[in-house]
Amino acid sequence: MSILINKDSRVLVQGFTGTEATFHSSLMIDYGTNIVGGITPGKGGKTHLDRPVFNTVEKAVKETDADVSIIFVPHAYAADAILEAADAEIKLIVCITEGIPVGDMINVKEYLKYKQSRLIGPNCPGIITPGECKVGIMPESIHTPGRIGLISRSGTLAYEAIDQLTKSGLGQSSGLGIGGDQILGTTIKDAVKLFNDDPDTDGIVIIGEIGGGMEADAAEWIKNNCLKPVVSFIAGATAPKGRTMGHAGAIIGGKADTAEAKKKILRDNGVIVVDSPAKIGATMAEILKINSKTKNNNIIQKITKAVNKSGKDS
Amino acid sequence: MNLHEYQGKSLLKSFGVPVPEGIIADTPDGAVDAAHVIQNTTGAKMWVIKAQIHAGGRGKGGGVKIARSLQEVKELSGKILGMQLVTPQTGPQGKKVRRVLIVEDIYYPGETQTKEFYISILMNRQTSRNMLVYSTEGGMDIEEVASKTPHMIFSEEINPCIGLAQFQCRKIAFNLGLSGAAYKEMTNILPALYRAYIESDASLIEINPLVKTSDDKIFACDAKVVLDNNALFRQPNLAMLRDFFEEDPIEIEAGSYGLNYVKLDGNVGCMVNGAGLAMATMDIIKLSGGEPANFLDVGGSANAKRVEQAFNIILKDPNVKAILVNIFGGIVRCDRVAEGIVEAYKNIGNIEIPIIVRLQGTNAEIGKEIIDSSGLKVFSAITLEDAAKLVTQILK
Repeated sequence: MSILINKDSRVLVQGFTGTEATFHSSLMIDYGTNIVGGITPGKGGKTHLDRPVFNTVEKAVKETDADVSIIFVPHAYAADAILEAADAEIKLIVCITEGIPVGDMINVKEYLKYKQSRLIGPNCPGIITPGECKVGIMPESIHTPGRIGLISRSGTLAYEAIDQLTKSGLGQSSGLGIGGDQILGTTIKDAVKLFNDDPDTDGIVIIGEIGGGMEADAAEWIKNNCLKPVVSFIAGATAPKGRTMGHAGAIIGGKADTAEAKKKILRDNGVIVVDSPAKIGATMAEILKINSKTKNNNIIQKITKAVNKSGKDS
Repeated sequence: MNLHEYQGKSLLKSFGVPVPEGIIADTPDGAVDAAHVIQNTTGAKMWVIKAQIHAGGRGKGGGVKIARSLQEVKELSGKILGMQLVTPQTGPQGKKVRRVLIVEDIYYPGETQTKEFYISILMNRQTSRNMLVYSTEGGMDIEEVASKTPHMIFSEEINPCIGLAQFQCRKIAFNLGLSGAAYKEMTNILPALYRAYIESDASLIEINPLVKTSDDKIFACDAKVVLDNNALFRQPNLAMLRDFFEEDPIEIEAGSYGLNYVKLDGNVGCMVNGAGLAMATMDIIKLSGGEPANFLDVGGSANAKRVEQAFNIILKDPNVKAILVNIFGGIVRCDRVAEGIVEAYKNIGNIEIPIIVRLQGTNAEIGKEIIDSSGLKVFSAITLEDAAKLVTQILK
């Protein structure tokens, strides 16, 4: 088990014949991802990487029965590509593209409210279920199948954490890069819910950063609902106020979205927060060890949490 | 991208938001000419002289003055032009004033009381929608209003399918206590303001204050406009308004190489691939006893040319005592990155300060070997932990 993608996922590539899409599609195919075709308007009917090319997502879905799409379309057209995928009822849309105007994403987000599609990204490395399926641009070699779910707003920092988890002998159930933009299809809280429901995930790692209120939202949900240990690192403790740190979403607006404030709210809600990004993997390994030794206590804890939850809902 | 007040006002005016008559000047004589023209068109007998820099709180630093005669216009603009204006937002070094905006004074006495409001439009990250924020407490620092009297701040969320609805405009005008001609005027101005925001791909329009005059006219007396950098490709006319004098010259140079660089005040420079890892590297420097001198994302490829440009940028900062290069090689293998670093190092010639190179990911060991056997004054590490220890050692 895993979240969102597995060996049965049938994947389309939007912007299929472009340079980056071609490069990463070959890597995905080598990894074992079932890429069933791609879309490049005007090149329908041709084949690329031995897969059929279609003019529209609608046609591609009809012909291939795809349920996942990955978008490599340039930033000026990427929002439209998301709309097209959602209109064709693609279940999972992964948008890699960086630099989509915020105004476009406001409209996309509104449109998605009335659709069944889930969007990951934009401005993200994608998602991987090690050993089964990769829909993204992350280096496959650092991953190994395991039981930790990873959620990250950043690409290379996610790789850092993935690598530590692999070297700690834990591996990953799935790794999910949610993206560095201000408006994202899937938030940290959404991703925590998915991993919490996944029976093959034992622990969750959250890589957050300055800017926005996503970590705080997730923290409150975790306190009341999450049954698995959560370890987190928040990047940007040394970032100045009011400057965009590479990611469009990484900007400190007020007191609530500094690294310090986020760490505090996560800690207050039972998340284990590490100050050093070098300690993510080791800390998770330590926690799981303690949990397995004190299994009974853990069960009591879980029941207490479950009781708290049912009390709140009624 | 930030606009100057005068640029923001002319943008607003083009969408039908009334602004006081104003003319830009870069010499005291030019300021007097401007005041003359304004007097002839509006009959104004008083003018406001406003320093044009990219920072708020200009009045507090002495960058906004009222002139009661043409002689005063000349004197005051002479003082403001060329000054190093320090405001709560500029930092202690301040910003040089190159231009002043001369505007008609609209705080004249009349039948009703003059009032100042606050209005802004921006995206609410919690809802992923735009919102219009407003308050009767205009002319003050809005963060102060928010902390002292939060009940005086109102907001309207905007549905992107509908835009700012008429009922919302009526509600805002009533909540601001307007009636009669001023009320009607406000319900016309608000949709114009929203159009200006949407059609110019702004990420913030803030008017503080929006003034109701004693004869019930409404004017945007200030304008802070921030544009979405990601949308500048489709706003060529607005992109031209960029003022390079307002930016750090090293950041401009870094940008021209496609490097994402932010100058900071510390003593350890860093070069990293990826924004999140770059922030994390800054944090590691701090935890190791140093202070980060910059944020620098070299991007995905990290080839010899980019690494060389990045080194040159970092070395321009005289405070830098050491450089930490932190590259997570994924698709780009570490051995290739290591070769690039050695080549860049040799091209630059003599780098006097110690460099720590941490390569992790695909082929990390081979990469470390290349660095170690290069004979250069470079320390290498594979884990973040080791890199942090090296930083501490070198700073001792």
